[in-house]
Amino acid sequence: MFSKILIANRGEIALRVIRTCQKLGIQTVAIYSEADAESIFVREANEAYCVGKPPVNQSYLNADEIIRVAKESQAEAVHPGYGLLSENAGFARKCMENGLVFIGPSPDIIASMGSKIEARKTMKEAGVPIIEGINTSLESEEEAKLAAEKIGYPLMLKASAGGGGIGMQLVNSEEELLKAFAGNKKRAESFFGDGAMFLEKYISEPHHIEVQILADTHGNVVPLWERECSIQRRNQKVVEEAPSPFINEETRSKMLDAAVKAAHHIGYSNAGTIEFLVDKEQNFYFLEMNTRLQVEHPVTEEITGLDLVEEQLKVAIGEKLSFTREDVNRNGHAIEVRIYAEDPKTFFPSPGKITEFQLPVGEGIRNECAIESGSQVTPFYDPMIGKLVAWGPTRGEACERIKNALENYKIEGIKTNIPMLIKTVSHEQFLSGYTTTQFVNEFYLPLLTSTK
Amino acid sequence: MAKIEAGMAGNVWKVLVKEGDQVTAGQEVVILESMKMEIPVSVEADGTVTKVHVQEGDFVNDSDIIVDVE
Repeated sequence: MFSKILIANRGEIALRVIRTCQKLGIQTVAIYSEADAESIFVREANEAYCVGKPPVNQSYLNADEIIRVAKESQAEAVHPGYGLLSENAGFARKCMENGLVFIGPSPDIIASMGSKIEARKTMKEAGVPIIEGINTSLESEEEAKLAAEKIGYPLMLKASAGGGGIGMQLVNSEEELLKAFAGNKKRAESFFGDGAMFLEKYISEPHHIEVQILADTHGNVVPLWERECSIQRRNQKVVEEAPSPFINEETRSKMLDAAVKAAHHIGYSNAGTIEFLVDKEQNFYFLEMNTRLQVEHPVTEEITGLDLVEEQLKVAIGEKLSFTREDVNRNGHAIEVRIYAEDPKTFFPSPGKITEFQLPVGEGIRNECAIESGSQVTPFYDPMIGKLVAWGPTRGEACERIKNALENYKIEGIKTNIPMLIKTVSHEQFLSGYTTTQFVNEFYLPLLTSTK
Repeated sequence: MAKIEAGMAGNVWKVLVKEGDQVTAGQEVVILESMKMEIPVSVEADGTVTKVHVQEGDFVNDSDIIVDVE
């Protein structure tokens, strides 16, 4: 096993990786920006180095400085976490060139899945169903209009390099498409440096369901069941659970097969997630592949009993997976909610100082969190400040546990989405197990106006 | 004269107006970027932009004045 690794990330995920390293006796090196100097993950790491000013492009995205720190501190490998440099093929390549193991798949695979248009083509070749749409970049409104006529409205306009819901919009008519095209293209150019746009047919009542896989460097791929992540706001996930309460065993088995086929086809290694949209008839279509650890990986850990970070480290050092598909447990039900520093009605961020803070405890409750009383939530990074996970022997018990825990989550000084999460996990539609990506629009937002 | 303030701390992502521009109530004048989200700042009443206090890329704090409108 490695003796020392650098974690090129911050917040709860940096702390999560440190925890597994401590368990395995691996030394950890944290990097941080000036804004995070007082953070728990900086204190918990064996060594910590400041790599620049608060804006991400001057610190957490400063690949050269991070690699310099890794080499100087004699780390052998780099764990990129999620977001930031985790799906940056150039960074992964630079790590390799500097003799560092990048804990993730090869740079070529990261690049091929990073372009949604390329990924669509590759998955089609692999025999994985994709949503009807176009597989070339649309250069102009005119081109988009012609392509849209062929497929038919409603459509999703998407940025090929997009992520986090940026550069993505539902369009119901030619008029809406023409209005949306230039703005989203520009947004994609400024956020991702790539303005390539494409169109996919809109699936009605879509469920977002994804399959977690682990693949070693010896050609073994094992699926670790699925997660349902349909409840989203601003096209970002808010509630995730495993297993999906929606799909039947036949669909589940087909989706897991498709994910394994996809991973084999591209020669994938390490942890990865294949995201699908599932329609109301349980037809499923490839959406994208995330070539890293996901925010919501704890729900998979809760039902399988595996430590995904540990598995990532083992794969990165060249070990074979120690289990087969048949060996992987599916025990009980786990639900995760993301705690965001934001207004629960408008979803606008709410930075500030946390004056009081106490995490809930209880049977089956797990917290992934890297803040404490006195922490400053700065405007520089993602508004997610923690994750709360509840496991129960049944979905009903998991729902009850997470609701109780949310009611006992004590955080003062900033606004959070906790009131929204409580309303969500106690809503009859959520309890029924039929949730689509329209949940917030259809069930949560109307609740706000009707209770006034 | 109205002084348009930033509603929260963040980076100035886009400045949509310049001095002398006519603006109408509700019009977006600046887009801030905070915590990976775009936050538009708009004017509350019709008027003329008399001064723009920020440039794209600047960092502003909550309630910093970003645009004057008369």
